Amino acid sequence: MIEVRLFATLREGRGKIFFLEGDKYSCGTDILKEFQIPEEEVSIFLINGFHSKTQDPVKDGDVLAVFPPVGGG
Amino acid sequence: MKARYERNLNALSKEEQESLSGKRVCIAGCGGLGGYLLEYFLRIGIGHITVIDGDCFEESNLNRQLLSDESSIGSSKIQTAKARAAAVNSKITVTAVDSFLTEDNSEELLKGHDLVLDAVDSLAARRLIGRQCAKLGIPFVYGAIQGWYAQISLIMPGSSMLDLLCGHGTEPVEKSALSFTPAACAAFQASEAVKYLCGREDVLNGRILYVDLLHMETEILCVEL
Repeated sequence: MIEVRLFATLREGRGKIFFLEGDKYSCGTDILKEFQIPEEEVSIFLINGFHSKTQDPVKDGDVLAVFPPVGGG
Repeated sequence: MKARYERNLNALSKEEQESLSGKRVCIAGCGGLGGYLLEYFLRIGIGHITVIDGDCFEESNLNRQLLSDESSIGSSKIQTAKARAAAVNSKITVTAVDSFLTEDNSEELLKGHDLVLDAVDSLAARRLIGRQCAKLGIPFVYGAIQGWYAQISLIMPGSSMLDLLCGHGTEPVEKSALSFTPAACAAFQASEAVKYLCGREDVLNGRILYVDLLHMETEILCVEL
């Protein structure tokens, strides 16, 4: 399974934590499509805690964390 | 020890309390986060505080900016901050800079501080603070809010954490923030700042504290850059 954790506004209308079939997705972009999250709405994309690109490969057992931009002060 | 700070004690040692009076912090921005940060630092007794902002209060600030009220619309944020500082703790040396932080003035304004507090409202301004702090060897406490959410981190000189936090560099379109979101974010920033200044463990160095006030969740993300 691939664990996908959405944060902040990305949770709205979707939810917080999901477990996806590990062999159905080749990269982060595929996962974002699954959740209908446009690439431009992603600011931080972590794979197993490592700063990653959405195009990077994903595999069974990975934990993904996806954040939108947060910029106010 | 004056009675003013007696309720700080035990939580802070006498030595820590005294050391704070010799510290110099710079609050970059005096809006949602900056107003609360100023209030917290005045009351805990940080001796020298620089506040920087070139803006005036607008009606849309009233929902969340502590220093704004109906009578201050159109007034300089910095002048209001200066008056508030004098009213809350006249023993603190407050340098109020009525200007925006720019490429030209940032080195001069930030140098000489022990710590910088990020209280700006754009990624461009945060990148500027990050560049100058790295150049000057000053750590800064990042804080950013949106809606119900906040992110906080302690960024040491040479760290690439800010690049990660700024993501693709796209400014968020949504600008919402509720009354308590900057207060909560600033409280986390201020506590991290005080720990750093007192030489305690800096919990958020290399980490991101994520705060979700909608679901009442906090999480510390350990990030490998």
